[in-house]
Amino acid sequence: MPSPALDVRYIAQLARLHLSEEEIATFQAQLDHIIQYVEKLEEVDVAGVEPTAHAIPVFNVFRPDAPRDWFDAATALANAPRQANGLFSVTKVIE
Amino acid sequence: MDLAALTVTELREQLRTRAASPVEALDALERRIAAVDPHVRGYLHRDLEQARLLAAAADVTLPLGGVPIAIKDVLNVKGQPCTCGSKILCGYTAPYDATAIARLRAAGAIPFGRTNMDEFAMGSSTENSSIHPTANPWDITRIPGGSSGGSAAVVASGEAYAALGSDTGGSIRQPAALCGCAGLKPTYGRVSRFGLVAFASSLDQIGPFGKTVRDTALLLNAISGQDPQDSTSIAEPVPDFTAALGRDLKGIRLGMPREYFIEGIDPQVDSAVRQAIKHYESLGAEILEVSLPHTDYAVAVYYILATAEASANLARFDGVRYGHRAENPANLLDHYGRTREEGFGPEVKRRIILGTYVLSSGYYDAYYLRAQKVRTLIRRDFTEAFEKVDAIVCPTSPELAFKAGERVNDPLKMYLADIFTIATNLAGNPGISIPCGFATIDDVQLPIGLQLIGKPFDEAGLLKIAHAYEQSTDWHRRRPPAP
Repeated sequence: MPSPALDVRYIAQLARLHLSEEEIATFQAQLDHIIQYVEKLEEVDVAGVEPTAHAIPVFNVFRPDAPRDWFDAATALANAPRQANGLFSVTKVIE
Repeated sequence: MDLAALTVTELREQLRTRAASPVEALDALERRIAAVDPHVRGYLHRDLEQARLLAAAADVTLPLGGVPIAIKDVLNVKGQPCTCGSKILCGYTAPYDATAIARLRAAGAIPFGRTNMDEFAMGSSTENSSIHPTANPWDITRIPGGSSGGSAAVVASGEAYAALGSDTGGSIRQPAALCGCAGLKPTYGRVSRFGLVAFASSLDQIGPFGKTVRDTALLLNAISGQDPQDSTSIAEPVPDFTAALGRDLKGIRLGMPREYFIEGIDPQVDSAVRQAIKHYESLGAEILEVSLPHTDYAVAVYYILATAEASANLARFDGVRYGHRAENPANLLDHYGRTREEGFGPEVKRRIILGTYVLSSGYYDAYYLRAQKVRTLIRRDFTEAFEKVDAIVCPTSPELAFKAGERVNDPLKMYLADIFTIATNLAGNPGISIPCGFATIDDVQLPIGLQLIGKPFDEAGLLKIAHAYEQSTDWHRRRPPAP
């Protein structure tokens, strides 16, 4: 397992999350401590052990792809912070 | 008679025989809330007008006909706010009912009130709520546990007949223990998660709080069962969970996991739980020692897997479809970055960073994949233990309700509050916490919780075992002092 290399500033960019300088410093110290703690998993012999993704695994769940009553557009938009012409309004994506 | 003091079972009898009406049941709660909630602060929101309309039209012949149920603020109830204790969802109105809510309604219940919680269910004290904290009704200088601290506090203080919560690493059982009520986390897949705001999808499960085990069984009857809207809900038959209550414990084998009786447990908790186990012996149960050898790794596994899943789940809060949006973003990155900076509180940010890190390129195998493998070993521990016993018995929490503010700057210490509840979520088994005694500290009485863990989908057996203890003791009848 690699040694703690958690760079809070860089990871925050990946997570699309601005942080203040103060938060970066606090989280860096706290998360280094937490990462040290979770590295105890290195002790466990996991050779040949399959990973578990879900406690009660189920696979290939299908239901008929049938239309049913659900939201109309107005309901779907009701919580949007910005909307225009019956659509969600987003910040410009293409420069 | 003060209706608000009744259990759901007792209230049902009053309503069914028309000795009291659903509107009176609601008004009694409202009086109790007016007297107590300024101190306890368990509720975030109540829509009394809407609830009165539903009460006036309630069909009292249904299994929960006319019974108001408090709802953790993480479940969508159509027309109601659903903040998850977060600023990022302030102003959001749920456009639909979660399946568990729709099923409660079908059983005649009235969803009434939104209960406080740690933001996005991340926490063990309800201090991470961005709206306000909640107090423990037994001592308002102490925390009620978390993350479903509001639901536990309002049930324990008689401000609700019963409540729903959610449990990802102990968020139903730990607050139930610290507030002195019954709290059940069903088997993963037993209750549909549709309409539950997701924290860690492979661990989250909705469950009931009640003043008694029977009340939790009544609620579980209503909310259980497969749902086409949640592909992880399981097509297991749903029995009447009250049917086995009252049967004796002859032939029942209970396992004491040696890894759960360790140094560092509060001595009053340790002694109360050991007394409870002796009591089980006197009720005819056989006590065996069992081992869950990977217990010590559960917290580490959990804080990798739960934060990884949370970092992905919370990516949906992007300030486009719902929730807070930063003003005048310079560009798209600024839009996302500031929307999330302004909307999320510190614990949520911390977990997003940790979860993003353990999933990031180069670290995935070392943290996430390895944690998933250790999760397999933890599940195996339970499978093997349950070859020998019908249920596992242990403390719910290693400690009593602690003082507000004591741990807010030490997240790792806060995480360790969940050491006895987390493994159950990783393995998927059902677990319940019931009161098993009181500790005295600073002249205050604080409840102690006994945790019982059952086989997957054997909630009926688990509830029977919990009920037998409860009914032969009077811990569940004790109520907190007037604030």
